[in-house]
Amino acid sequence: MAALLEVKQVWKEYGNSIVLEKLNLSVKEGEFCTIVGTSGCGKTTFLRMLLGEEGPTRGSLLLDGKPMPAEPGPDRGIVFQRYSVFPHMSVLDNVTFGLEVTRSPLLGRLFGAARRKARDEAAAMLAQVGLSHALDRYPSELSGGMQQRLAIAQALIKKPRILLLDEPFGALDPGIRADMHALVLRLWQESGLTIFMITHDLKEGFKLGTRLLVFDKPRLDAQAPNRYGATITYDLVIGRQEPALLEEIQGAVTETSRFNDQQ
Amino acid sequence: MKKRIINRLPGQGAAAVLGLLPFLLLLLAYAWGSQVRLEANPEDKLLPALSSLAAAVERVALEPNRRTGELQLWADTAASLQRLGIGLAVASLLALVTGLATGMVPYVRAALAPFVRVLSMVPPMAILPILFIVFGLGELSKVVLVVLGIAPCMMRDLQQRVMELPSEQLVKAQTLGAHSGHILWRVVMPQTLPRLIDSLRLNLGPAFLFLIAAEAIAAESGLGYRIFLVRRYLAMDTILPYVVWITLLAFLMDIALRGVSRWAFPWFHQGKERA
Repeated sequence: MAALLEVKQVWKEYGNSIVLEKLNLSVKEGEFCTIVGTSGCGKTTFLRMLLGEEGPTRGSLLLDGKPMPAEPGPDRGIVFQRYSVFPHMSVLDNVTFGLEVTRSPLLGRLFGAARRKARDEAAAMLAQVGLSHALDRYPSELSGGMQQRLAIAQALIKKPRILLLDEPFGALDPGIRADMHALVLRLWQESGLTIFMITHDLKEGFKLGTRLLVFDKPRLDAQAPNRYGATITYDLVIGRQEPALLEEIQGAVTETSRFNDQQ
Repeated sequence: MKKRIINRLPGQGAAAVLGLLPFLLLLLAYAWGSQVRLEANPEDKLLPALSSLAAAVERVALEPNRRTGELQLWADTAASLQRLGIGLAVASLLALVTGLATGMVPYVRAALAPFVRVLSMVPPMAILPILFIVFGLGELSKVVLVVLGIAPCMMRDLQQRVMELPSEQLVKAQTLGAHSGHILWRVVMPQTLPRLIDSLRLNLGPAFLFLIAAEAIAAESGLGYRIFLVRRYLAMDTILPYVVWITLLAFLMDIALRGVSRWAFPWFHQGKERA
Protein backbone atom coordinates (compact mmCIF):
# COMPACT_ATOMS: atom_id res chain seq x y z
CA MET A 1 0.00 0.00 0.00
CA ALA A 2 1.31 3.42 -0.95
CA ALA A 3 2.04 5.82 1.88
CA LEU A 4 -0.60 8.43 2.71
CA LEU A 5 1.95 10.86 4.06
CA GLU A 6 5.55 11.01 2.94
CA VAL A 7 8.08 13.29 4.63
CA LYS A 8 11.44 13.40 2.89
CA GLN A 9 14.46 15.22 4.29
CA VAL A 10 12.36 18.07 5.65
CA TRP A 11 14.02 21.04 7.35
CA LYS A 12 12.19 23.92 8.95
CA GLU A 13 14.09 27.07 9.78
CA TYR A 14 13.03 30.50 11.02
CA GLY A 15 15.85 32.86 10.17
CA ASN A 16 18.91 31.43 11.89
CA SER A 17 17.12 29.09 14.19
CA ILE A 18 16.56 25.56 13.02
CA VAL A 19 13.40 23.96 14.37
CA LEU A 20 13.32 20.67 12.52
CA GLU A 21 16.08 18.92 10.63
CA LYS A 22 16.42 15.79 8.52
CA LEU A 23 12.86 14.72 9.11
CA ASN A 24 11.96 11.47 7.34
CA LEU A 25 8.69 9.71 7.84
CA SER A 26 6.26 7.57 5.94
CA VAL A 27 2.77 6.97 7.30
CA LYS A 28 0.21 4.58 5.85
CA GLU A 29 -3.52 5.06 5.82
CA GLY A 30 -5.13 4.01 9.09
CA GLU A 31 -2.11 4.47 11.34
CA PHE A 32 -2.51 6.19 14.70
CA CYS A 33 0.70 8.10 15.39
CA THR A 34 1.30 9.76 18.70
CA ILE A 35 3.94 12.46 18.75
CA VAL A 36 5.75 13.23 21.98
CA GLY A 37 8.59 15.56 22.86
CA THR A 38 9.33 18.56 25.04
CA SER A 39 8.18 22.08 24.29
CA GLY A 40 10.18 23.73 21.55
CA CYS A 41 10.97 20.47 19.79
CA GLY A 42 8.94 21.26 16.72
CA LYS A 43 5.88 19.12 17.41
CA THR A 44 3.49 21.96 16.82
CA THR A 45 5.52 23.20 13.86
CA PHE A 46 5.21 19.72 12.35
CA LEU A 47 1.47 19.79 12.95
CA ARG A 48 1.17 23.20 11.32
CA MET A 49 2.98 21.77 8.30
CA LEU A 50 0.48 18.92 8.17
CA LEU A 51 -2.32 21.49 8.35
CA GLY A 52 -0.77 23.44 5.51
CA GLU A 53 -0.28 26.58 7.61
CA GLU A 54 3.48 26.33 7.10
CA GLY A 55 5.61 24.80 4.39
CA PRO A 56 8.97 23.06 4.81
CA THR A 57 12.07 25.21 4.30
CA ARG A 58 13.75 22.30 2.55
CA GLY A 59 12.69 18.81 1.57
CA SER A 60 9.28 17.62 0.51
CA LEU A 61 6.03 16.88 2.26
CA LEU A 62 3.72 14.70 0.20
CA LEU A 63 0.09 13.85 0.82
CA ASP A 64 -1.01 10.97 -1.43
CA GLY A 65 2.10 11.53 -3.52
CA LYS A 66 1.24 15.18 -4.15
CA PRO A 67 2.72 18.23 -2.41
CA MET A 68 0.82 19.25 0.72
CA PRO A 69 -1.68 22.06 -0.03
CA ALA A 70 -0.55 25.45 1.26
CA GLU A 71 -3.64 26.01 3.40
CA PRO A 72 -5.92 23.98 5.65
CA GLY A 73 -8.58 21.90 3.93
CA PRO A 74 -11.40 19.47 4.70
CA ASP A 75 -9.27 16.35 4.18
CA ARG A 76 -7.31 17.16 7.36
CA GLY A 77 -9.41 17.71 10.47
CA ILE A 78 -8.04 19.27 13.64
CA VAL A 79 -8.77 19.39 17.34
CA PHE A 80 -6.76 21.97 19.27
CA GLN A 81 -6.22 22.03 23.00
CA ARG A 82 -8.43 25.13 23.22
CA TYR A 83 -10.58 27.39 21.01
CA SER A 84 -11.51 24.58 18.64
CA VAL A 85 -15.24 25.19 18.77
CA PHE A 86 -17.27 28.23 17.80
CA PRO A 87 -18.50 29.98 20.96
CA HIS A 88 -21.44 31.67 19.22
CA MET A 89 -23.00 28.45 17.94
CA SER A 90 -24.92 25.85 19.90
CA VAL A 91 -23.46 22.36 20.16
CA LEU A 92 -25.67 21.14 17.33
CA ASP A 93 -24.87 24.14 15.11
CA ASN A 94 -21.16 23.65 15.69
CA VAL A 95 -21.37 20.22 14.10
CA THR A 96 -23.95 21.11 11.44
CA PHE A 97 -21.72 23.97 10.27
CA GLY A 98 -19.32 21.57 8.54
CA LEU A 99 -22.17 20.06 6.51
CA GLU A 100 -23.76 23.40 5.70
CA VAL A 101 -20.66 24.96 4.16
CA THR A 102 -20.24 22.09 1.68
CA ARG A 103 -23.90 21.70 0.84
CA SER A 104 -24.56 25.42 0.53
CA PRO A 105 -21.48 26.82 -1.19
CA LEU A 106 -22.87 30.34 -1.48
CA LEU A 107 -24.51 31.12 1.88
CA GLY A 108 -23.19 28.37 4.12
CA ARG A 109 -26.74 27.93 5.41
CA LEU A 110 -29.31 25.24 4.72
CA PHE A 111 -33.09 25.59 4.90
CA GLY A 112 -36.11 23.33 5.12
CA ALA A 113 -35.66 19.61 4.53
CA ALA A 114 -31.95 19.91 3.73
CA ARG A 115 -31.43 21.67 7.05
CA ARG A 116 -33.35 19.03 8.98
CA LYS A 117 -31.34 16.27 7.32
CA ALA A 118 -28.03 17.94 8.14
CA ARG A 119 -29.12 18.49 11.74
CA ASP A 120 -30.14 14.84 12.04
CA GLU A 121 -26.73 13.74 10.78
CA ALA A 122 -25.02 16.12 13.19
CA ALA A 123 -27.16 14.87 16.07
CA ALA A 124 -26.22 11.27 15.20
CA MET A 125 -22.53 12.25 15.24
CA LEU A 126 -22.98 13.96 18.60
CA ALA A 127 -24.65 10.85 19.97
CA GLN A 128 -21.48 8.93 19.13
CA VAL A 129 -19.39 11.20 21.34
CA GLY A 130 -22.02 11.21 24.09
CA LEU A 131 -23.35 14.74 23.74
CA SER A 132 -26.99 13.99 22.88
CA HIS A 133 -28.16 15.66 26.05
CA ALA A 134 -26.46 18.98 25.29
CA LEU A 135 -27.47 19.80 21.72
CA ASP A 136 -28.84 23.27 22.48
CA ARG A 137 -26.17 24.46 24.85
CA TYR A 138 -23.41 26.91 24.02
CA PRO A 139 -19.79 25.73 24.37
CA SER A 140 -19.20 28.03 27.34
CA GLU A 141 -21.80 25.99 29.23
CA LEU A 142 -19.86 22.76 28.66
CA SER A 143 -17.04 21.25 30.71
CA GLY A 144 -13.58 20.99 29.18
CA GLY A 145 -14.08 17.32 28.34
CA MET A 146 -17.43 17.99 26.69
CA GLN A 147 -15.92 20.80 24.63
CA GLN A 148 -13.26 18.42 23.34
CA ARG A 149 -15.90 15.79 22.53
CA LEU A 150 -17.71 18.47 20.59
CA ALA A 151 -14.52 19.45 18.75
CA ILE A 152 -13.96 15.82 17.80
CA ALA A 153 -17.53 15.39 16.54
CA GLN A 154 -17.19 18.63 14.61
CA ALA A 155 -14.05 17.35 12.88
CA LEU A 156 -15.33 13.83 12.22
CA ILE A 157 -18.60 14.91 10.55
CA LYS A 158 -16.44 15.94 7.57
CA LYS A 159 -15.03 12.39 7.32
CA PRO A 160 -11.47 13.68 6.99
CA ARG A 161 -8.72 11.30 5.88
CA ILE A 162 -6.38 12.61 8.54
CA LEU A 163 -7.31 13.78 12.02
CA LEU A 164 -4.79 16.00 13.80
CA LEU A 165 -5.01 16.26 17.58
CA ASP A 166 -2.89 18.98 19.20
CA GLU A 167 -2.60 18.07 22.89
CA PRO A 168 -6.36 17.61 22.92
CA PHE A 169 -6.58 16.26 26.46
CA GLY A 170 -3.81 18.31 28.06
CA ALA A 171 -6.23 20.46 30.06
CA LEU A 172 -8.49 17.65 31.25
CA ASP A 173 -8.75 15.80 34.56
CA PRO A 174 -7.07 12.37 34.58
CA GLY A 175 -10.35 10.44 34.85
CA ILE A 176 -11.91 12.33 31.96
CA ARG A 177 -8.72 11.82 29.99
CA ALA A 178 -9.06 8.04 30.24
CA ASP A 179 -12.64 8.30 28.93
CA MET A 180 -11.45 10.44 26.05
CA HIS A 181 -8.74 7.88 25.19
CA ALA A 182 -11.39 5.18 24.95
CA LEU A 183 -13.56 7.43 22.80
CA VAL A 184 -10.78 8.33 20.38
CA LEU A 185 -9.67 4.69 20.07
CA ARG A 186 -13.23 3.57 19.35
CA LEU A 187 -13.82 6.28 16.74
CA TRP A 188 -10.48 5.51 15.13
CA GLN A 189 -11.25 1.77 14.91
CA GLU A 190 -14.70 2.42 13.47
CA SER A 191 -13.70 5.00 10.91
CA GLY A 192 -10.30 3.81 9.68
CA LEU A 193 -8.93 7.35 9.96
CA THR A 194 -5.27 8.23 10.07
CA ILE A 195 -4.57 10.08 13.31
CA PHE A 196 -1.66 12.23 14.43
CA MET A 197 -1.85 13.13 18.09
CA ILE A 198 0.57 15.43 19.87
CA THR A 199 0.92 14.93 23.57
CA HIS A 200 3.19 16.05 26.38
CA ASP A 201 2.53 12.86 28.24
CA LEU A 202 4.86 10.05 27.26
CA LYS A 203 2.69 7.45 28.98
CA GLU A 204 -0.29 8.60 26.96
CA GLY A 205 1.85 8.24 23.86
CA PHE A 206 2.82 4.69 24.79
CA LYS A 207 -0.74 3.71 25.50
CA LEU A 208 -2.65 5.17 22.58
CA GLY A 209 -2.29 4.40 18.93
CA THR A 210 -0.11 2.17 16.80
CA ARG A 211 3.03 4.18 16.44
CA LEU A 212 5.03 6.48 18.64
CA LEU A 213 7.17 9.27 17.21
CA VAL A 214 9.56 10.99 19.59
CA PHE A 215 10.65 14.49 18.55
CA ASP A 216 13.89 15.41 20.25
CA LYS A 217 17.11 17.28 19.66
CA PRO A 218 19.90 14.77 19.14
CA ARG A 219 22.55 17.46 19.53
CA LEU A 220 22.53 20.07 22.26
CA ASP A 221 24.97 22.97 21.94
CA ALA A 222 24.94 25.40 24.87
CA GLN A 223 26.78 28.01 22.77
CA ALA A 224 24.24 27.89 19.94
CA PRO A 225 21.04 26.33 21.22
CA ASN A 226 19.15 27.02 18.00
CA ARG A 227 21.87 25.75 15.71
CA TYR A 228 20.55 22.21 15.77
CA GLY A 229 16.95 21.32 15.22
CA ALA A 230 14.83 18.49 16.47
CA THR A 231 14.14 15.36 14.54
CA ILE A 232 12.42 12.03 15.08
CA THR A 233 14.71 10.17 17.48
CA TYR A 234 12.47 7.17 18.09
CA ASP A 235 9.89 5.67 15.73
CA LEU A 236 8.31 2.75 17.52
CA VAL A 237 5.51 0.29 17.09
CA ILE A 238 3.33 0.58 20.16
CA GLY A 239 2.50 -2.45 22.26
CA ARG A 240 5.73 -4.35 21.62
CA GLN A 241 8.12 -2.32 23.70
CA GLU A 242 9.97 -2.99 26.92
CA PRO A 243 9.24 -0.70 29.89
CA ALA A 244 13.00 -0.02 30.00
CA LEU A 245 12.72 1.77 26.67
CA LEU A 246 10.10 4.13 28.12
CA GLU A 247 12.60 5.00 30.86
CA GLU A 248 15.33 5.59 28.30
CA ILE A 249 13.20 7.91 26.18
CA GLN A 250 11.97 9.70 29.26
CA GLY A 251 15.59 10.30 30.23
CA ALA A 252 16.59 11.67 26.82
CA VAL A 253 13.56 13.93 26.56
CA THR A 254 14.00 15.25 30.08
CA GLU A 255 17.60 16.13 29.31
CA THR A 256 16.49 18.25 26.35
CA SER A 257 13.79 19.80 28.45
CA ARG A 258 16.28 20.84 31.16
CA PHE A 259 18.63 22.12 28.48
CA ASN A 260 15.89 24.28 26.96
CA ASP A 261 14.96 25.52 30.39
CA GLN A 262 18.45 26.84 31.03
CA GLN A 263 18.81 28.73 27.77
CA MET B 1 -10.58 38.98 62.55
CA LYS B 2 -10.10 42.02 60.39
CA LYS B 3 -9.78 41.55 56.66
CA ARG B 4 -7.74 43.78 54.44
CA ILE B 5 -9.80 46.55 52.82
CA ILE B 6 -9.30 45.07 49.35
CA ASN B 7 -10.95 41.84 50.52
CA ARG B 8 -14.05 43.35 52.11
CA LEU B 9 -17.11 43.19 49.90
CA PRO B 10 -20.24 45.34 50.31
CA GLY B 11 -23.58 43.49 50.40
CA GLN B 12 -26.24 44.17 47.80
CA GLY B 13 -28.08 46.75 49.89
CA ALA B 14 -24.91 48.49 50.98
CA ALA B 15 -23.70 48.64 47.37
CA ALA B 16 -26.97 50.27 46.27
CA VAL B 17 -26.79 52.87 49.05
CA LEU B 18 -23.12 53.57 48.32
CA GLY B 19 -23.90 53.93 44.62
CA LEU B 20 -26.63 56.49 45.29
CA LEU B 21 -24.60 58.41 47.84
CA PRO B 22 -22.55 60.61 45.44
CA PHE B 23 -25.74 61.64 43.62
CA LEU B 24 -27.41 62.60 46.88
CA LEU B 25 -24.33 64.50 48.04
CA LEU B 26 -24.21 66.44 44.78
CA LEU B 27 -27.91 67.30 45.10
CA LEU B 28 -27.48 68.42 48.71
CA ALA B 29 -24.43 70.50 47.86
CA TYR B 30 -26.38 72.16 45.06
CA ALA B 31 -29.42 72.87 47.24
CA TRP B 32 -27.24 74.31 49.96
CA GLY B 33 -25.19 76.46 47.55
CA SER B 34 -28.32 77.69 45.86
CA GLN B 35 -29.91 78.65 49.18
CA VAL B 36 -26.83 80.53 50.35
CA ARG B 37 -26.58 82.50 47.11
CA LEU B 38 -30.29 83.29 46.92
CA GLU B 39 -30.28 84.53 50.50
CA ALA B 40 -27.49 86.94 49.63
CA ASN B 41 -29.12 88.00 46.33
CA PRO B 42 -32.68 86.92 45.43
CA GLU B 43 -31.98 87.86 41.79
CA ASP B 44 -29.08 85.40 41.50
CA LYS B 45 -29.29 83.32 38.31
CA LEU B 46 -26.30 81.02 38.70
CA LEU B 47 -27.77 78.41 41.05
CA PRO B 48 -31.58 78.58 40.77
CA ALA B 49 -33.61 76.98 43.54
CA LEU B 50 -34.81 73.45 42.96
CA SER B 51 -38.36 74.81 42.81
CA SER B 52 -37.52 77.16 39.95
CA LEU B 53 -35.76 74.30 38.16
CA ALA B 54 -38.94 72.26 38.48
CA ALA B 55 -40.99 75.17 37.16
CA ALA B 56 -38.64 75.52 34.18
CA VAL B 57 -38.89 71.82 33.44
CA GLU B 58 -42.67 72.08 33.53
CA ARG B 59 -42.54 75.03 31.17
CA VAL B 60 -40.24 73.43 28.56
CA ALA B 61 -41.70 69.94 28.77
CA LEU B 62 -45.43 70.53 29.13
CA GLU B 63 -46.31 74.01 27.81
CA PRO B 64 -46.23 74.87 24.10
CA ASN B 65 -43.51 77.31 23.14
CA ARG B 66 -45.03 80.74 22.56
CA ARG B 67 -43.17 81.30 19.30
CA THR B 68 -43.29 77.86 17.66
CA GLY B 69 -46.22 76.25 19.45
CA GLU B 70 -44.17 73.11 20.05
CA LEU B 71 -43.40 71.39 23.30
CA GLN B 72 -39.84 72.64 23.38
CA LEU B 73 -38.06 69.86 25.26
CA TRP B 74 -39.60 67.11 23.18
CA ALA B 75 -39.03 68.91 19.89
CA ASP B 76 -35.39 69.48 20.81
CA THR B 77 -35.00 65.88 21.94
CA ALA B 78 -36.52 64.51 18.74
CA ALA B 79 -34.28 66.69 16.56
CA SER B 80 -31.15 65.71 18.48
CA LEU B 81 -31.95 62.01 18.71
CA GLN B 82 -32.66 61.84 15.00
CA ARG B 83 -29.23 63.31 14.19
CA LEU B 84 -27.55 61.15 16.76
CA GLY B 85 -29.37 57.99 15.67
CA ILE B 86 -28.47 58.42 12.02
CA GLY B 87 -24.89 59.25 12.96
CA LEU B 88 -24.54 56.22 15.22
CA ALA B 89 -26.12 53.91 12.64
CA VAL B 90 -23.89 55.10 9.82
CA ALA B 91 -20.77 54.98 12.01
CA SER B 92 -21.63 51.44 13.18
CA LEU B 93 -22.16 50.22 9.65
CA LEU B 94 -18.90 51.78 8.46
CA ALA B 95 -17.03 50.38 11.46
CA LEU B 96 -18.47 46.90 10.94
CA VAL B 97 -17.65 46.75 7.25
CA THR B 98 -14.19 48.29 7.59
CA GLY B 99 -13.35 46.40 10.76
CA LEU B 100 -14.27 43.05 9.23
CA ALA B 101 -12.41 43.78 6.00
CA THR B 102 -9.23 45.07 7.62
CA GLY B 103 -9.36 42.50 10.41
CA MET B 104 -9.80 39.51 8.13
CA VAL B 105 -8.09 40.26 4.84
CA PRO B 106 -4.36 41.06 5.03
CA TYR B 107 -4.40 42.88 1.68
CA VAL B 108 -7.22 45.19 2.73
CA ARG B 109 -5.49 45.70 6.07
CA ALA B 110 -2.27 46.69 4.32
CA ALA B 111 -4.19 49.15 2.16
CA LEU B 112 -6.58 50.70 4.70
CA ALA B 113 -5.30 50.27 8.26
CA PRO B 114 -2.64 53.03 8.12
CA PHE B 115 -5.16 55.39 6.51
CA VAL B 116 -7.79 54.72 9.18
CA ARG B 117 -5.16 55.17 11.87
CA VAL B 118 -4.25 58.61 10.53
CA LEU B 119 -7.91 59.49 9.99
CA SER B 120 -8.66 58.77 13.63
CA MET B 121 -6.04 61.34 14.62
CA VAL B 122 -7.74 64.20 12.76
CA PRO B 123 -9.50 66.31 15.41
CA PRO B 124 -13.12 66.28 14.22
CA MET B 125 -13.86 69.70 15.67
CA ALA B 126 -11.06 71.20 13.61
CA ILE B 127 -12.78 70.20 10.39
CA LEU B 128 -16.23 71.32 11.49
CA PRO B 129 -15.99 74.59 9.49
CA ILE B 130 -15.15 72.54 6.41
CA LEU B 131 -18.20 70.37 7.04
CA PHE B 132 -20.43 73.42 7.27
CA ILE B 133 -19.00 74.75 4.02
CA VAL B 134 -19.24 71.46 2.18
CA PHE B 135 -22.49 70.08 3.57
CA GLY B 136 -24.26 73.33 4.42
CA LEU B 137 -25.79 74.32 7.72
CA GLY B 138 -28.57 71.71 7.57
CA GLU B 139 -28.90 68.32 9.17
CA LEU B 140 -26.26 66.65 7.03
CA SER B 141 -23.23 68.45 8.42
CA LYS B 142 -24.21 67.58 12.00
CA VAL B 143 -24.67 63.91 11.18
CA VAL B 144 -21.36 63.90 9.31
CA LEU B 145 -19.58 65.38 12.32
CA VAL B 146 -20.93 62.63 14.58
CA VAL B 147 -19.89 59.99 12.04
CA LEU B 148 -16.41 61.44 11.49
CA GLY B 149 -16.02 61.87 15.21
CA ILE B 150 -16.57 58.28 16.22
CA ALA B 151 -16.32 56.05 13.14
CA PRO B 152 -12.50 55.99 12.78
CA CYS B 153 -12.00 54.93 16.39
CA MET B 154 -14.72 52.31 16.08
CA MET B 155 -13.12 50.99 12.89
CA ARG B 156 -9.80 50.57 14.65
CA ASP B 157 -11.47 48.99 17.64
CA LEU B 158 -13.39 46.50 15.51
CA GLN B 159 -10.33 45.58 13.47
CA GLN B 160 -8.58 44.82 16.74
CA ARG B 161 -11.52 42.75 18.01
CA VAL B 162 -11.64 40.76 14.75
CA MET B 163 -7.92 40.08 14.89
CA GLU B 164 -8.23 38.96 18.50
CA LEU B 165 -10.45 36.02 17.56
CA PRO B 166 -8.38 32.90 18.17
CA SER B 167 -6.68 31.82 14.95
CA GLU B 168 -7.62 28.26 15.94
CA GLN B 169 -11.20 29.07 15.02
CA LEU B 170 -10.26 30.26 11.55
CA VAL B 171 -8.11 27.18 10.95
CA LYS B 172 -10.88 24.96 12.26
CA ALA B 173 -13.40 26.54 9.90
CA GLN B 174 -11.06 25.94 6.98
CA THR B 175 -10.62 22.29 7.92
CA LEU B 176 -14.41 22.05 7.86
CA GLY B 177 -14.40 23.16 4.23
CA ALA B 178 -15.46 26.78 4.71
CA HIS B 179 -14.30 29.41 2.20
CA SER B 180 -13.51 33.02 3.11
CA GLY B 181 -17.13 34.10 2.61
CA HIS B 182 -18.44 31.39 4.94
CA ILE B 183 -15.88 32.33 7.55
CA LEU B 184 -16.84 36.00 7.29
CA TRP B 185 -20.56 35.39 7.34
CA ARG B 186 -20.86 32.55 9.80
CA VAL B 187 -17.79 32.65 12.03
CA VAL B 188 -16.35 36.16 12.25
CA MET B 189 -19.31 38.50 11.77
CA PRO B 190 -21.64 36.92 14.34
CA GLN B 191 -18.85 37.15 16.89
CA THR B 192 -18.08 40.75 15.92
CA LEU B 193 -21.63 42.07 16.44
CA PRO B 194 -21.62 42.02 20.26
CA ARG B 195 -18.19 43.64 20.16
CA LEU B 196 -19.63 46.32 17.86
CA ILE B 197 -22.30 47.02 20.49
CA ASP B 198 -19.57 47.32 23.13
CA SER B 199 -17.70 49.74 20.93
CA LEU B 200 -20.88 51.74 20.30
CA ARG B 201 -21.56 51.96 24.04
CA LEU B 202 -18.10 53.33 24.67
CA ASN B 203 -18.56 55.88 21.91
CA LEU B 204 -21.95 57.21 23.07
CA GLY B 205 -20.24 59.91 25.11
CA PRO B 206 -18.07 61.21 22.24
CA ALA B 207 -21.07 60.99 19.89
CA PHE B 208 -23.10 63.29 22.16
CA LEU B 209 -20.10 65.59 22.44
CA PHE B 210 -19.89 66.06 18.68
CA LEU B 211 -23.65 66.39 18.34
CA ILE B 212 -23.90 69.15 20.96
CA ALA B 213 -20.90 70.92 19.46
CA ALA B 214 -22.40 70.93 15.98
CA GLU B 215 -25.78 72.08 17.30
CA ALA B 216 -24.19 74.81 19.37
CA ILE B 217 -22.64 76.39 16.31
CA ALA B 218 -25.40 76.18 13.75
CA ALA B 219 -28.87 74.78 14.29
CA GLU B 220 -32.49 75.77 14.70
CA SER B 221 -33.45 73.04 17.11
CA GLY B 222 -31.86 70.43 19.27
CA LEU B 223 -30.68 69.99 22.83
CA GLY B 224 -27.29 71.57 22.19
CA TYR B 225 -28.86 74.44 20.27
CA ARG B 226 -31.19 75.22 23.18
CA ILE B 227 -28.45 75.19 25.78
CA PHE B 228 -26.29 77.58 23.80
CA LEU B 229 -29.26 79.76 22.93
CA VAL B 230 -30.46 80.34 26.50
CA ARG B 231 -26.89 80.73 27.69
CA ARG B 232 -27.20 84.35 26.54
CA TYR B 233 -29.81 84.99 29.22
CA LEU B 234 -27.85 83.01 31.81
CA ALA B 235 -30.92 80.75 31.98
CA MET B 236 -29.42 78.16 34.27
CA ASP B 237 -32.94 76.98 35.09
CA THR B 238 -33.15 75.62 31.52
CA ILE B 239 -29.52 74.62 31.01
CA LEU B 240 -29.23 72.44 34.10
CA PRO B 241 -32.32 70.31 33.40
CA TYR B 242 -31.18 69.93 29.78
CA VAL B 243 -27.78 68.68 30.91
CA VAL B 244 -29.39 66.21 33.29
CA TRP B 245 -31.76 65.11 30.52
CA ILE B 246 -28.93 64.55 28.01
CA THR B 247 -27.01 62.55 30.60
CA LEU B 248 -30.10 60.49 31.33
CA LEU B 249 -30.65 59.84 27.61
CA ALA B 250 -27.08 58.63 27.15
CA PHE B 251 -27.36 56.48 30.25
CA LEU B 252 -30.62 54.90 29.06
CA MET B 253 -29.17 54.25 25.61
CA ASP B 254 -26.21 52.52 27.21
CA ILE B 255 -28.51 50.32 29.29
CA ALA B 256 -30.67 49.56 26.25
CA LEU B 257 -27.64 48.55 24.17
CA ARG B 258 -26.42 46.30 26.94
CA GLY B 259 -29.86 44.71 27.11
CA VAL B 260 -29.94 44.14 23.37
CA SER B 261 -26.50 42.55 23.51
CA ARG B 262 -27.46 40.21 26.36
CA TRP B 263 -30.67 39.22 24.64
CA ALA B 264 -29.23 38.70 21.17
CA PHE B 265 -25.81 37.30 22.09
CA PRO B 266 -26.21 35.30 25.30
CA TRP B 267 -23.09 33.26 24.54
CA PHE B 268 -21.02 36.46 24.65
CA HIS B 269 -22.04 37.27 28.20
CA GLN B 270 -21.95 33.83 29.74
CA GLY B 271 -19.30 33.41 32.36
CA LYS B 272 -18.26 37.03 32.46
CA GLU B 273 -19.67 40.00 34.28
CA ARG B 274 -19.51 43.22 32.37
CA ALA B 275 -20.62 46.57 33.62
